[in-house]
Amino acid sequence: MSILEVKGVGKRFGGLQALSDVNLSVRENSVHAIIGPNGAGKSTLLNCLVGKLIPDTGSVMFDGQSVLGRAPYEINQMGISRVFQTPEIFGDLTVLENMMIPCFAKRDGAFELNAIPSMMGQKDIVERAEHMLTEMNMADKRHDHAAALSRGDKRRLEIGMCLSQEPRLLLLDEPTAGMARADTNNTIDLLKDIHDSRDITIAIIEHDMHVVFSLAQRITVLAQGTPLVEDDPENIRGNPKVREAYLGESA
Amino acid sequence: MFGLTKKDTGLLIVVAILTLLAPFILNPFPEGSAMAQFNAGYPDLMQRFVIFGIFAIGFNILFGLTGYLSFGHAAFLGVGSYAAIWMMKLLTMNVLPAIIISVLVAGLFSLAVGWISLRRSGIYFSILTLAFAQMSYALAYSVLTPITGGETGLQPKVDDPRILDAALAEGATPKANIFGLQMGQSFDLQLGGWLFTFNAGYYLAAVVMLLAFYLSIRIFRSPFGMMLRAVKSNQQRLNYTGLNPKPYTLAAFVISGMYAGLAGGLLVAMDTQVGPERMFWTASGEVVLMTILGGAATLIGPVLGAGLIKYMENILSKINKDVLHQWFAFLPDGLEDFIVAIVYPFVGKGWHLTLGLIFMAVVIFLPGGLVEAGQRIARLFRRKTQDKTTPAKTEPAE
Repeated sequence: MSILEVKGVGKRFGGLQALSDVNLSVRENSVHAIIGPNGAGKSTLLNCLVGKLIPDTGSVMFDGQSVLGRAPYEINQMGISRVFQTPEIFGDLTVLENMMIPCFAKRDGAFELNAIPSMMGQKDIVERAEHMLTEMNMADKRHDHAAALSRGDKRRLEIGMCLSQEPRLLLLDEPTAGMARADTNNTIDLLKDIHDSRDITIAIIEHDMHVVFSLAQRITVLAQGTPLVEDDPENIRGNPKVREAYLGESA
Repeated sequence: MFGLTKKDTGLLIVVAILTLLAPFILNPFPEGSAMAQFNAGYPDLMQRFVIFGIFAIGFNILFGLTGYLSFGHAAFLGVGSYAAIWMMKLLTMNVLPAIIISVLVAGLFSLAVGWISLRRSGIYFSILTLAFAQMSYALAYSVLTPITGGETGLQPKVDDPRILDAALAEGATPKANIFGLQMGQSFDLQLGGWLFTFNAGYYLAAVVMLLAFYLSIRIFRSPFGMMLRAVKSNQQRLNYTGLNPKPYTLAAFVISGMYAGLAGGLLVAMDTQVGPERMFWTASGEVVLMTILGGAATLIGPVLGAGLIKYMENILSKINKDVLHQWFAFLPDGLEDFIVAIVYPFVGKGWHLTLGLIFMAVVIFLPGGLVEAGQRIARLFRRKTQDKTTPAKTEPAE
């Protein structure tokens, strides 16, 4: 059964048709990679899924409900969490506070005026955040300023924050961009662990073929704003159309 | 204690002791001595210390936590003042209803202003709030004269209705009171050469300030306060974490507007008059200066900043040429005139110049304001005592 169903999505920026007639179906509890050369429309597509952009045409259904026209925070509350290309965390807050915020979002919803109860009384939230930090191997850094973390740790923290909301769909936008090989492999292992240990669907936009073929169970290839093929990894590897899109016609 | 950590309780107790003993602390020089003009322990000024402290504490909840810089907060103070004076005209000279209504009216007004202004952030938000405040000023100054008294402002008159109060005795003027205790009532304590004044109005304002300060600590340390810091840190992440930043910032805006209204109501309770100049943009700028000077996003900073600015406004501005000549009278005539000529632009009416220089120095060298200065000094002392106690143990340099 598919948890995310994209049908006929198109998006135009001025004279540029960034997306045209994109169809995509992400199966529940799978790891689905979206690949494609630069300018293929991967990020535009992702932004259409999370509410940052509204497509001109088509529909995006998550778990049977349309996400179109909803604000990013509403879509997140439906169960879609997003990891950014450069880690987006709360740099001025401590690591523990960073982890507590999604826990509050999960418990209290999009807004709660809890201005009087003290932080000390929020035992369930603190416990949950501590637990998540332990799972991410970051418990010893809980009182550090998040801005002072290394890039790899920021990425781990961001993924942990997303997971603490128990999302049904985790979207990752080039999570290993700019990483050294060792960090990339760590991230691959982390994502594998995450997928093995819980009921979660992962959709990943990625450039690095090593990452894609280590993780993905299903791959969609995007070229010039439209999907070229959607298939299993072994069939994608040898597909001449994909080679052509990536390497040019001469290949 | 009171649901606070040990450190915060300590801070609250220190502030409480300082405010309650202010008549002593601010009057360190005996009457009639040359230094007596630096005494700040008279009721009028002490009241202003705590009232503008409240104003700045509230402003800091918005600016310090969310980073939204409002340039129109004086409008809420002014609206609170007008609301309070109308309560005194129509209902009673008891200050309690006046203060309560000033908070409520300022809250409603800030809800409307915030609703519109918070559609934008950064400089556009600041400009929108400034525009609202200047519009309010213009309205109070001219268009709404029947309600605001225009240029001359408002004050309680003998023939106002005051439906709850008994009729005034012949020739008496209406005086602000709380259940009969008049705000202007003072008790003087003469100790040797020193004179200490304990004023009812000051103590009412001081107690309200302590409550406001306590509430702000609670807000800073609450989950709501953490969300506001998250708004300042990364709105994008907040949005994609299922949280809607807008009601959080709006709530912070309204809370700080209510603090401003409370300050406005108290100003009227202490001195029963109000004019439109209270809403002028310089008044909005002043609270920004207070907060930054004391230390934005710190608990005690805004109170310190408010105190420093009000002290300078009232004490430094009183030093005129004659006073300077007295000070430097021991110098030869030519040199005396020369020194006075140099110092004079920085005192008296020129006290703004000194304020400007201090503000520049703080922003450049102490971005954390007076609080940072205090922290640095404390650290210096701690290091010194450590050096003394453990001279043998030296850590290798990194």
